[in-house]
Amino acid sequence: MSLLLIVALPFLGALLPGLMNQAGRAACSGVTFTVTLAAFIGLMTNLPAVMAGDTVLMRVDWIPTLGMNFTLMLDALGFFFATLILGIGLLIIAYARFYLAREDNMGEFFTYLLLFQGAMVGIVLSDNILLLLVFWELTSLSSFLLIGYWKHLPEGRQGARMALAVTGMGGLSLIGGMLILGQIAGSYDLSVILQNRDLIQQSDLYLPALLLILLGCFTKSAQFPFHFWLPHAMAAPTPVSAYLHSATMVKAGIFLMARLWPVLSGTPEWFVLVTGAGLITMVLGAVIAIFKHDLKALLAFSTVSHLGLITMLLGTGTAFGAMAAVFHIMNHATFKAALFMSAGIIDHETHTRDIRRLGGLRHLMPITFAIATLAALSMAGIPLLNGFLSKEMMLEEAASTVLFNTPWLVPGFAVLGSLFSAAYCFRLIGHTFLGAKRDDYPASPHDPPAGLWLPPALLVVLVVVIGLAPFLVEPAVKGITTAVLGGAAELPDAHIKIWHGLVPALYMSIVAVAGGLVVLALFNPLLRLWNATPRPEAKTIFDALVAGVVSLSRLLILPLHNGAFSRYGAVMAVAVVVAGVYAWVTGTIGAPDHAVQVAGPIEIAGFTMLVAAASGMVLLHRNRLLSLILIGIVGLMVSVGFVFFSAPDLAMTQITVEVVTTILMLLALNFLPNYTPVESSVLRRTRDGAVALVAGVAAAGLSFHFLLRDPVAASISDFHLANSYKGGGGTNVVNVILVDFRGFDTFGEIIVLGIAAVLIYALTEALLGGPVRARLLNRKPDTKLAGDMHPMMMVVLTRVLLPVVMLVAFFIFLRGHNEPGGGFIAGLIASIGLVMQYMASGYSWATARQRYPHHAVIGAGVLVAGLTGIGSWFVGKPFLTSDFTYVRIPPFEKFELATAALFDLGVFLAVVGAVMLSLDGFSRLARRAHIKESEHPMDINPERMTDEELKGQGA
Amino acid sequence: MEILVASAVGILTAAGMYLVLRMRTFPVILGVSLLTYAVNVFLFASGRLTVGAPPILNGATRYTDPLPQALVLTAIVISFGMTAVVVMISLGAYLGTDDDHVDDMPDADADAAQEDAT
Repeated sequence: MSLLLIVALPFLGALLPGLMNQAGRAACSGVTFTVTLAAFIGLMTNLPAVMAGDTVLMRVDWIPTLGMNFTLMLDALGFFFATLILGIGLLIIAYARFYLAREDNMGEFFTYLLLFQGAMVGIVLSDNILLLLVFWELTSLSSFLLIGYWKHLPEGRQGARMALAVTGMGGLSLIGGMLILGQIAGSYDLSVILQNRDLIQQSDLYLPALLLILLGCFTKSAQFPFHFWLPHAMAAPTPVSAYLHSATMVKAGIFLMARLWPVLSGTPEWFVLVTGAGLITMVLGAVIAIFKHDLKALLAFSTVSHLGLITMLLGTGTAFGAMAAVFHIMNHATFKAALFMSAGIIDHETHTRDIRRLGGLRHLMPITFAIATLAALSMAGIPLLNGFLSKEMMLEEAASTVLFNTPWLVPGFAVLGSLFSAAYCFRLIGHTFLGAKRDDYPASPHDPPAGLWLPPALLVVLVVVIGLAPFLVEPAVKGITTAVLGGAAELPDAHIKIWHGLVPALYMSIVAVAGGLVVLALFNPLLRLWNATPRPEAKTIFDALVAGVVSLSRLLILPLHNGAFSRYGAVMAVAVVVAGVYAWVTGTIGAPDHAVQVAGPIEIAGFTMLVAAASGMVLLHRNRLLSLILIGIVGLMVSVGFVFFSAPDLAMTQITVEVVTTILMLLALNFLPNYTPVESSVLRRTRDGAVALVAGVAAAGLSFHFLLRDPVAASISDFHLANSYKGGGGTNVVNVILVDFRGFDTFGEIIVLGIAAVLIYALTEALLGGPVRARLLNRKPDTKLAGDMHPMMMVVLTRVLLPVVMLVAFFIFLRGHNEPGGGFIAGLIASIGLVMQYMASGYSWATARQRYPHHAVIGAGVLVAGLTGIGSWFVGKPFLTSDFTYVRIPPFEKFELATAALFDLGVFLAVVGAVMLSLDGFSRLARRAHIKESEHPMDINPERMTDEELKGQGA
Repeated sequence: MEILVASAVGILTAAGMYLVLRMRTFPVILGVSLLTYAVNVFLFASGRLTVGAPPILNGATRYTDPLPQALVLTAIVISFGMTAVVVMISLGAYLGTDDDHVDDMPDADADAAQEDAT
């Protein structure tokens, strides 16, 4: 199966669980399982090629100019991780089906899980490192959703936030590191980067790149000092813990270190950083784990410890270390996932994960006991189980590693880590399952249904099989190791065997296991000592750090962004002034190119009206209705100005917009006070007047100066004039620019308009859903209302006008390509025709007769415009390429058919929908309780009057 | 004519600016509308002023600059959408608090309470 499909399947499949949510839990988990299984089988079809040592490649150019391409690569290492992700994913899905409670939203859970799975598979199959980064961030996001899946738990939300903050921060630094790496190698493709070991290691930028990349890997894989987020992420449902936090996501950092091993490893910096961090993490995790009473917390810290172990092995930079690391990744995934699932079973059955409340469970849950014990013994490094084999290899590697010229350092710490590791494994078995049966469990435990214990049991079978017959997996381990080494080192001539003879590693192993037993025997005094020792609490530090960052951001942002409108105004004004002064000081100005055109009396009259209206607004703005009328005059004069200065399209748009804006403002004024009280002091008004005057003079001066001069650079307008008819098939250049040359802009434009309308709708909904609703319903009008709210004359007139208005809109729409007009103007005209019906007969009457919801009209508009654009793909042209032809259908004249008209139709629909939806919101607020909604179009209708009433009126 | 257009831009800016500096929402919205006119006319004027030469191809030798017109056309329509949103927001604020001051500072205590809840 194509690599693309393997990566895409989980993402596509992520839609299904949500859709199947209503179909029941079995269907929901079934479809998730099927999708994962399909991807798994697809992966397996590539097994022969991978076994032959080939690298399967898939390449789709995405943004080649940025070096960002959708290139996927499958080699043994990627195949191994993908198998882990999908294989354990299958078990987890089956387990989660039984684990999740009835009230949990399963569709949501599996959707997140599949998103995560897809992102994870994406990481391990990416060839392009920029693509890898995208998937990397996706795992952080989807794991955030999964950790916080139980939204009602504060620990879940906090844990999710912490994990996102730490891994997200690491992700950012990884982006930096990867970009540097790509710059050094001259390519963002791993296949190229991995060939350039010398170039990269000799570069001056090697160290910054290494530090940034390691920061990303260490945060993701919970290495010291970033280990603290992992235990807090355990607030997630257990399937998530088992999947993300033991088998897959936390291994992403390890994967990346292994992936980049050929180019990054082998330097002293790499050795000290990686081995050092790994060693500390390993010992620290193991020590903390033993004193944890929560089963999952214990496992979490043990995971931290084991990740440290693997990191340490990768850090040594030897081929044998890499091989041991690979083998331990494999083993850890099997026993740790099994242990997590067992912990989940115990939690599920006893309703507690507190080890102090458990014990004696072997009598009650023999199957779980067998599974958990085998897995834990493997983790402790007991022979005949797989954990023993890789731990021996680790100790052997540690024995020959010298850090800081101190031969005992690495082996000593390795033994110490193993010792505590063995101790917590023994504690897990001893304090949970062994001992006497208790009678104070929070619930009566018994073995769960097979659905819960089968998945871990399958893993434990692997634990035993690998432990007994390591030669079965040796070729696989060697194959993967070859992929990790990538030609940078020779594959070691070592064999995975249970018995290596009396080598130092064996003695170290014996010391560790014996020591572990001793620690367990001394557990109670040690616990008292541990509790008495003061130690830093990671969460407190983290919270303090976050609080510090938050207050710092507040300090920086609040002066600019304090919620007061005047502050924003001031900031903007200062910015404009600064930019203006800069331009004034640095710019030069030549002599005028044009003579001043002489204005006639009509122009002066129009100008005077505009000035009078604007000044009137300033003087009389306290009377709000009056200022609304005055602004109408301003708008009218601006439209007239547009006509005069050769812009008929603008004039038509301005005047129609003016109408709908005024209606909208009137609707709003209905609720707002009609007068603005005098509040500001004379001083303040003088100051504001001075500011306004300066702004006005500056704007006027700037306009005057450039109006008399030619543009400094050649305008692209000539191109538009020259190509409008030839290329766009229209003689109205403005319209051709809108629907053709700059069609993409217009497409964005109508989407914005639609969003604005939907926003108004949402605000209305929020208002009507809140306490405002009652106030609105019971509000008393501040002036007397007309007795005849829907006068007959208006109803009759608007009804008669409607078809005429629609015809005009249709005409304006059709002529738009060649004459002034087009979708925007036609849409506004049609909206005005419709709004008139609302005004005449009232909101409810009109709404009851509305056939298509305004949302749908907006959506249809955007869709029509978008599909028109997409249509050009089918003829191999870029988005929104237009085409036109002339046809002749007798008896009509020859006429033009253009795809641009279809696009304009989308604009038309979006404008109609947006205008109507906006006004709709305001009208809905206007409904009141004490006014009866009439089912008639007009209040007084002679036809409805009885003979008596007519007589009474003197008829 | 250039003087008229330039001073119209100036007067619209000044009037808009003064109204924007008022303390109640409605005059501020009207002020922003005036500023919108000023900006639109300014943008339009960047194509320079031409009388009697609309950009409708008809064999004439001289046309006015069509590009600023196309830009301003969409700007007019978008400004309607934005005005509508702002009006609705101010309306919601007024209905919710019975106060149409623009500088209604968020209550610090309410802020803190909200943070505690999360």
